[in-house]
Amino acid sequence: MSAVFLTRASAAWLLLAALTLSSWVLGTSQGSGDGHAVASLTIICVAAFKIRLVGLYFMELRDAPGVLRWIFEGYCVVLTTLLGVMYLVH
Amino acid sequence: MSTTRDTEDVSTGTTSRHVPGEPGLWVLLFGDMALFTFLFTFYLHDRGQNPRLFAESQEHLHRTIGVINTLVLLTSSIFVVFALRALRNEHMRQLATRLAVAAIAIGACFIVLKLFEYYELVTAGMTLTSNDFYMWYFAITALHLGHVVLGLLTLTVLTRLVRSAKTAATHMAFFEGGACFWHVVDLLWIVIFPLLYLVR
Repeated sequence: MSAVFLTRASAAWLLLAALTLSSWVLGTSQGSGDGHAVASLTIICVAAFKIRLVGLYFMELRDAPGVLRWIFEGYCVVLTTLLGVMYLVH
Repeated sequence: MSTTRDTEDVSTGTTSRHVPGEPGLWVLLFGDMALFTFLFTFYLHDRGQNPRLFAESQEHLHRTIGVINTLVLLTSSIFVVFALRALRNEHMRQLATRLAVAAIAIGACFIVLKLFEYYELVTAGMTLTSNDFYMWYFAITALHLGHVVLGLLTLTVLTRLVRSAKTAATHMAFFEGGACFWHVVDLLWIVIFPLLYLVR
């Protein structure tokens, strides 16, 4: 039974839930405009880290062949960069 | 098709690499993720044209429902992970079915909350045509909601398939594929929620 429930994925779920609540607090307690830029960029980076956790531990890409894993890791980097740049350029 | 399993399930003492689901499925999954990335990019571009309008419009969204829905999808996803692990053990087939049903039931809560959120917004006068922010909000979340429905239907069909006495390797690969699609649905919402509700 423990092989089903006590896994790295369970630890990842706890971390994902904690990060979700942290982002929510950060996103709701700050002001707007330039004063929120640091908080917004932090929230974007946290989101990218969260999707990496989902990919590695829920989708089992941690144990996948290197090509598949690195395509996913590359996607996380591209997504973070794109969102960060597009947020800042306005 | 899947050929190996990870070492936590079979104690072979060696590390083996395993493609979850069917390799061809990953083309679709990455394609879907790329499509949403384009949408996120264009959303941020339009937001950059009028940040004040987007920030003001965002204030009318239900951030609490948004965060609850994130936790709902994360919890549904971990139950799918549990179900898959149980499915790999012949003696836990019944438990796997129960866990998969729990994942589907939890996932369905997302739809209920999302529809409630739509109802609240529309009755308050915010619709697809109200302004650019709401156009993006409804377009992105409705497209994602379609994925949620498709994911739940897929999980339901696959749960019935693997419930049968002897789960063939192909059935296992199908379930893994369905599980990965469900995780992509979760993954997309992980970006949609902060982008539409929190970033300003």
